[in-house]
Amino acid sequence: MKRFSELPAWLRWSLYAAVGVLLLTVVQTLEGTDRLTSVTSSQSMLRWAIPILLAGLGGLYSERAGVVNIGLEGMMILGTWFGAWGAITYGAWWGIVAGIVGGALGGLLHAVATVTFGVDHIISGVAVNILAPGITRFLSSEILTNIPGGSITQSPRVPGVGSATIPFLAGGTIGNWTTPDLFGWLGTQKWFFISNFANLLKGVMTRVSWVTVIALLLVPLSAWLLWRTRFGLRLRICGERPEAGEAQGVDVYRYKYIGVVISGALAGMAGAFIASPELSGIYLEGQTTGRGFIGLAALIFGNWRPIGVIGGALLFGYPFGIGLRDLDGSASHALILVNAIGLAAVAIWAFTRSKRTDTVLALVLSGIFALWYITTDVVPDVWINILPFVIVLLVLIFFAQRLRPPAADGLSYRKGQT
Amino acid sequence: MALAIELIDITKRFPGVVANDHVELKVEEGEIHAVCGENGAGKSTLMKVLYGMLQADEGTMKVFGREVRFASPTEAINAGIGMVHQHFMLADQLTVLENVILGAEPVRTLGLIDFDEARAHLKTVAEAYGLFIDPDDLVEELEVGERQRVEIIKVLYRGAKILILDEPTAVLVPQEVEELFRNMRDLKKDGSTILFIDHKLDEVLAIADTITVLRQGRTVSTVKPNEVTAHDLAELMVGSELPTPATTESTVTSEVALEVSGLTIIDEDERVLVDDVSFRVRRGEVLGIAGVEGNGQTELIEAMVGISPAARGTITLNGRDITRAPVRQRREQGIGYIPQDRQREGLLLPAPLWENAALGHQTQPPFSRGPWIDRKGARRRTEAIKEEFDVRAPDVDVPAHALSGGNQQKLIVGREMMAEPSVLLAAHPTRGIDVGAQAAVWEDIKAARRAGLATVLVSADLDELIGLSDTIVVMLRGRIVATLDPATVTPRDLGAFMTGAKSAGAA
Amino acid sequence: MSSIVLVLSGSSPLRAFADMFEHASRLETMVDILNRATPLYIAGVAAAIGFRMNLFNIGVEGQYLLAAIVAAHLGAMVTLTPVLHVTFIMLVAVAVGAAYSGFAGVLKVTRGVNEVISTIMLNAIAISGLVAYLIRIWQAGGAIDPGTVQRVGTAPIPKSGLLPDLNVIVESLTRELRQGKTLTGVLLVAIVVGIGYHVLVNRTRFGFDLRASGVNPFAASVGGVPPKRMVVIAMALSGGVAGLVGLTEVMLTGYFAANPIRGLGFTGIAVALLGRNHPVGIVFAALIFAFLDVSSGVLQFTGAASREIVVIMQGVIILAAVVAYEIARRAREKEEAHAAAEAMVAA
Repeated sequence: MKRFSELPAWLRWSLYAAVGVLLLTVVQTLEGTDRLTSVTSSQSMLRWAIPILLAGLGGLYSERAGVVNIGLEGMMILGTWFGAWGAITYGAWWGIVAGIVGGALGGLLHAVATVTFGVDHIISGVAVNILAPGITRFLSSEILTNIPGGSITQSPRVPGVGSATIPFLAGGTIGNWTTPDLFGWLGTQKWFFISNFANLLKGVMTRVSWVTVIALLLVPLSAWLLWRTRFGLRLRICGERPEAGEAQGVDVYRYKYIGVVISGALAGMAGAFIASPELSGIYLEGQTTGRGFIGLAALIFGNWRPIGVIGGALLFGYPFGIGLRDLDGSASHALILVNAIGLAAVAIWAFTRSKRTDTVLALVLSGIFALWYITTDVVPDVWINILPFVIVLLVLIFFAQRLRPPAADGLSYRKGQT
Repeated sequence: MALAIELIDITKRFPGVVANDHVELKVEEGEIHAVCGENGAGKSTLMKVLYGMLQADEGTMKVFGREVRFASPTEAINAGIGMVHQHFMLADQLTVLENVILGAEPVRTLGLIDFDEARAHLKTVAEAYGLFIDPDDLVEELEVGERQRVEIIKVLYRGAKILILDEPTAVLVPQEVEELFRNMRDLKKDGSTILFIDHKLDEVLAIADTITVLRQGRTVSTVKPNEVTAHDLAELMVGSELPTPATTESTVTSEVALEVSGLTIIDEDERVLVDDVSFRVRRGEVLGIAGVEGNGQTELIEAMVGISPAARGTITLNGRDITRAPVRQRREQGIGYIPQDRQREGLLLPAPLWENAALGHQTQPPFSRGPWIDRKGARRRTEAIKEEFDVRAPDVDVPAHALSGGNQQKLIVGREMMAEPSVLLAAHPTRGIDVGAQAAVWEDIKAARRAGLATVLVSADLDELIGLSDTIVVMLRGRIVATLDPATVTPRDLGAFMTGAKSAGAA
Repeated sequence: MSSIVLVLSGSSPLRAFADMFEHASRLETMVDILNRATPLYIAGVAAAIGFRMNLFNIGVEGQYLLAAIVAAHLGAMVTLTPVLHVTFIMLVAVAVGAAYSGFAGVLKVTRGVNEVISTIMLNAIAISGLVAYLIRIWQAGGAIDPGTVQRVGTAPIPKSGLLPDLNVIVESLTRELRQGKTLTGVLLVAIVVGIGYHVLVNRTRFGFDLRASGVNPFAASVGGVPPKRMVVIAMALSGGVAGLVGLTEVMLTGYFAANPIRGLGFTGIAVALLGRNHPVGIVFAALIFAFLDVSSGVLQFTGAASREIVVIMQGVIILAAVVAYEIARRAREKEEAHAAAEAMVAA
């Protein structure tokens, strides 16, 4: 019987997911709602998770190459503008491409500042975040105002790329034939846990935008690229021990550039997705609402591995997905209980590792959430807004010391420093 | 025999200093050739030129008879030269295999690494040279000796016929050094040529076929080990009569300044780093702590300074228990500290000298008055330090990084001593500084000792230990395993105690 | 560089600058610039305190909004003698900011949470959560239904709690201010903060400890500086100063508005960077950014360029500045190494 930590990553994360679904099912039964595991919630979760996922993957490439990129937010902002403009002017797919290019340009700027000029990574990232909204505002005033329906702060409606539904499992169509809908059927059976899981799965397979599909495929692609190819090995050495790379003939500057530009490109793609009909449907100033930072948090939560990033993205996207449709607040309220139970689990875990302070801390926090749940019926809607950030903080508080960033992440590198 | 490497008139200049001055080096094929010299003699620079990390300003380089000029390490690698650095160039989070193949990865289509082929090749190389390692281990799990083996495999994997080893024994314990020498002899048997830098003269004499001595950027002489003694080599390296640290009359009083009792330090992985150590240091006494690096001396000193907590035991300073006292309090109560890594632990490099002089003493006069920093007082004291301890600098406002290593060390010694401590903790106080500065530091310690200072001296320089100490204790695996009288012990004996070859009942 | 952008957008850079300068020379505009520079300066000092210790307090924005709303609300609930009242409001603002930021510091030293991420998270929690919530329940006239559109702000602070403006001084020196402009009294607070910052960091033992920890934390701890305590104190100090940033607006309007001026926190970080964390440097940086902000309106009016240009200029300035500083630093290091080597050879 292998130890849990030795199981392959995808299996471990699937188990986490299963436990999570179980938890949600239990809690929603207590609360008396079905919204935590409904099909629409799941669809929503996926939609909200994608920009976080793309931003997180972007951060992955950059940080694995040793450059901290907190300018993801700014690059995402560039992506929203270019994505909207590109789609309106040339068509939906061109919008995505334009968003990628826009973000990549932001990445290039960050790369030049940090890699060539050795500016501190955080400072350069902050500068990009300051610059980006200014650029988009300027571009809007020059270009969007000349398009009917556009203004300095928003654009007209953005066309979207198509979507698909997976056949057989979720009742998608092949040609003109509507296939049977396995998960849909399972979902209606009201079988505890199984139906809930089925609903969630159906949600992520129904009317899924092609961009989403690409984004999801990027996860295994990135894992393969970074760990199984020559490119990936060389990129990773730049983030772990650039001097070793240099000594063995790797052009460290080049790989850092590539990593950062890719990160900008992915953040830009995230922005284009936000502007697309999947989420907003228009370019709107300020629409990124910190999701670049949440992507960064997903990266940290995922311990700088692709499978972890998507785990984090789904985790953080979930509250957003729930919140918007939760008109009576029951789901938001239920999530408090989820927090309480989650923290209790952390307490148990800490106890088994004989970490006294952690156990006590987790129990206290769990108790606070439990108390909050019991003493209220509704919760202010701002709770949903801040839930992802709270979760990130909680994860960091308990697990920061077990995370393993790339060893040379954030360090200024200059050739020939040995 | 044919020459594997021939360096003729190699000259390399940096702003203000000539690192290599018309250096000559001839290494025969299939021999083990040692390059010796003090810090700053130009050994590292020469190796970097040979390996393509730097380009010479003048001179010719020939490898296997062909004239070459390497613009990058890749070119040197292609010519069959491999370098094993002193500070290993390994990524902890990657596997041995990944570290080895980096830069020379076997690939299939799409850039996919052919791990099977890589593994097979690595196995072949490792077995051919008798180096045993598991390619799938994470480097961070390996011991120091194993990591060095990975470094060697790295260069052999690329088909190096000439290996350059930069101070390979600096981080090894004696058994690992034996292992390394065995590997070196095997490599030589297979036709490899080895060039290594070392300044542990007994090792050099034990393993090398030929020795070249560098001093101040120039080749001083090339000798065979059977022609010279260690002392001869040392004098060639230094160029003059060696200063001795030997002290004369005893100044030990009966007053106990520092008492350490049952001190035990355990790290976060539950390893015992210092195991039930006890000793006393009296006023006017120098207690020398001998031991191979990594046996707990550093941790012991850090616990006495206050940087690391002790799990058990007590530390008493002039009768007061300071076991739980923070660093600042210990300083204020009279502990002075000369750290082993002056740049990392003892200096604020971009700050001016007068602020560096205040570091560690900023809560006391003359550096502060109440909550305010007394700039005038600080500058006056710094001038005094500069004067008395011969710190060569234009003025007290220059930043510390503008000083040479020796002058930085003199500044630190001066600042600690002028604060009139009761106990001085000196960790490798003359490491990496020129001979002149070294002699000055020795004089300072001797003078302070006469004035009643109690000193704990940790050093890897056995002559220094024997010369300066009144009592020597040997640490091995965190315990004190021997207490020796410097008047009667030789460096060879001391080395034997340090490696555990010899043992005695602890006092 | 900004001129390039201007030219690209089809306007005349010279005319734009000329218009901006001309506008700036009017007294009322200068007052606007100073009013704008004041909170920027305080935000810059707040960020700079962290930077001196290599701590990145990205959460200045959230800290000042939170501090401002709490201080405005509590300030409206009491009535004290003027001096006491104003001091009370300022103390509350400082305390809230210090606590919020200090919390991030505590997380760093006890749990190893990097302060960049934690301050960003706390920032979001403050802005999207706490402040948004508090503005509703502390609405003047009682808590309102989230569905209501009209939002004004917290209860107005009695006159005794407001810092008087400095018009008297200005008018006695020049002439009467038109357009109802007032020069905020918080300017004096900013000056005090600046002087305090300089004295604290450069002349006190604490400042020595702070700077040493920023330059070489390990050597500092060997030198007796208590590392964990310093982190928490530095973060708290940074947050405390940040708390004062929102005072300008609150003192001007008399309450915390539902949509306060945003972006001061991040601009404050930029100001600190531009000013190289130096008390006087930050003054210039704050004035430059304030000038750009205020003048952008002019451009719209005169048509010399679109006003958005200004925002880009700010971003470009900051980026160019940090790159330039880095280049200068490297050049200086080379020069110093050269000089040192020569000194060694000569010795």
